[in-house]
Amino acid sequence: MLVYLIRRLSQAALVVAVMGTIVFLSMYAIGNPIDLLAAQDASDAEKAELARQLGLDRPIWEQFLIFAGNAMRGDLGKSFVYNEPTLRLILQRLPATLELALTALVFSVALGIPLGVYAGLKPDSWMSRTIMSGSILGFSLPNFWIGLMLILFFAVELKWLPASGRGETVDLLGVPVSFLTWDGLRHLFLPALTLSLYKAALVVRLARAGTREVVMQDYVRFARAKGLSYRRIVLVHVVKNMMIPVVTVLGLEFGSMIAFAVVTETVFAYPGMGKLLIDSINRLDRPVIVAYLMFTVLLFVIINLIVDLIYAAIDPRVRLVEAKG
Amino acid sequence: MTAVLEVSDLAVTFGAREGLIKAVDGVSFSVARGEVLGLVGESGSGKSVTSLAVMGLIDPPGRIARGSIKFEGQELVGLPEEDFRRLRGRRMAMIFQDPMSTLNPVLRIDTQMIETILAHEKVSEKAARARSRDALAKVGIPSPEERLVAYPHQFSGGMRQRVAIAIALLHGPSLIMADEPTTALDVTIQAQILAEVQKLAEETGTALVWVTHDLSVVASLADRVAVMYAGRIVEEGPVADVLTQPLHPYTDGLIGSVPSRNRRGVPLAQIPGMTPSLARLPAGCAFRPRCPRSTDICATAPEATDYGGGRKARCFHPLIDLETAA
Repeated sequence: MLVYLIRRLSQAALVVAVMGTIVFLSMYAIGNPIDLLAAQDASDAEKAELARQLGLDRPIWEQFLIFAGNAMRGDLGKSFVYNEPTLRLILQRLPATLELALTALVFSVALGIPLGVYAGLKPDSWMSRTIMSGSILGFSLPNFWIGLMLILFFAVELKWLPASGRGETVDLLGVPVSFLTWDGLRHLFLPALTLSLYKAALVVRLARAGTREVVMQDYVRFARAKGLSYRRIVLVHVVKNMMIPVVTVLGLEFGSMIAFAVVTETVFAYPGMGKLLIDSINRLDRPVIVAYLMFTVLLFVIINLIVDLIYAAIDPRVRLVEAKG
Repeated sequence: MTAVLEVSDLAVTFGAREGLIKAVDGVSFSVARGEVLGLVGESGSGKSVTSLAVMGLIDPPGRIARGSIKFEGQELVGLPEEDFRRLRGRRMAMIFQDPMSTLNPVLRIDTQMIETILAHEKVSEKAARARSRDALAKVGIPSPEERLVAYPHQFSGGMRQRVAIAIALLHGPSLIMADEPTTALDVTIQAQILAEVQKLAEETGTALVWVTHDLSVVASLADRVAVMYAGRIVEEGPVADVLTQPLHPYTDGLIGSVPSRNRRGVPLAQIPGMTPSLARLPAGCAFRPRCPRSTDICATAPEATDYGGGRKARCFHPLIDLETAA
């Protein structure tokens, strides 16, 4: 177990290092930030002075070495725009995005598992067909469009829910969270629903396929022969086996949910990391973009590790020993 | 002897429209208390379907088309599902063929045993646990207390089948349907399990229906044997009589194809041809195309004839003549 962890962590460090190099170098492909940062009527001398202050006048390899050296110490630089450490900027926005992604995850599981299991148990009923057709919509409708439609319907027409922002927050262990206030929950509902629909569709299909496979198994027939109630057979024997692939995929998807939050956060003007990223890209705020991407990589690596650990907890046949590869 | 299980004229069909397949067609047999009935046949002869029908585990598109299954005097055909559930696992139990797949891989043994007890009785979990441990000990699992918290993958195939048998015996059922429970096991393990089951059935007076394709298992275990072919019982009788003096040519062919010490050096006999597809059964006796004794009369279906001494066969040309048998 310990050996496994050490091996995984060193693999993770390698991934982060490679990613850092690629991200830093690719920043040079998207344009010169000086053009945007300097005042429109700035002279060439003023521009050169600004470049010197930001260190953008040095050769690219030197800039990279400075970046790599600082990154080793956990310093990902200062934002050109805010003149604040980028990591602090990101961490300020992180709770909002995590809250959004977690709520969306809960929505997609709460929505996807029951519907998927139902469709798997009764594959030929019209309800199941409706669920499966609905899941195709969930897959194919673009995120921003769903968001806009929800705003139009719930916020503009019905005026039930607010259209943008995060609402009232309270501090929980020093972290501002909005799910503990009624106003915060009202603000959270629409963006979380928007973000969750695609995942819910995925969960429905996974749960359905898993259920259909599991109900064919001998142990389900044996469970029936033992005289167990239908309820227990489905809730314990079928669902627990069916959850194995669902957890694997959901864990990986959680990372992408944080990444996809970019679009949803923009539509709902939700003050999360995604919105920060979009704003930074618009202003060519290189350090923030680099730091955001590095942070995302780290997040994915950590989530993958957690998924493996959860996986071992559900499926007793998986033992985390020194795995090859 | 009172019959625990009485099946009469049972027919199970699969498929809805024109492609109706009769997996079991007019099967009748009965098992008495403490009796072991061997249900023998090749793959696709309907023996497993018969045992599933008795347990009420036939899934659509399969259905019981006609006939009756009486268990302890109660009619099972058409019994509401909830009433059936109360019988399953309590009064009647089933053991399946593949011990590797009959236990749920993600649940511990204690969970799978205790839930069986709690499904039928209101006892404390502690009491149920103690009973599960005793049941494991009874089927010969060493250090049962520790094995209770193990997962199925931590057991060998033979041990898993013992666990399945322990689960089947938890409520002291009066009938156990065993669907080839030793087929997937080593011969030595098979012998152990057979001896174990025989002993347990004798002690408790449980009636046992042992579905198998292995005549040697039947010879060592069963009191009576019913031979199935293409969804029908073609011969039935006390095991010693049937195996030494078969009436039906199919039974004779089966016995001839088992290697034996007494026929050393003689080429092993085989039954020519293969089991017919249930979708395209020949008219009359289904064994006719493969039978060395068939004549024109076999184109009509033979009825079961009683030969006395509990022996029955469905054949126009049995291997002994009626005068000497009578």
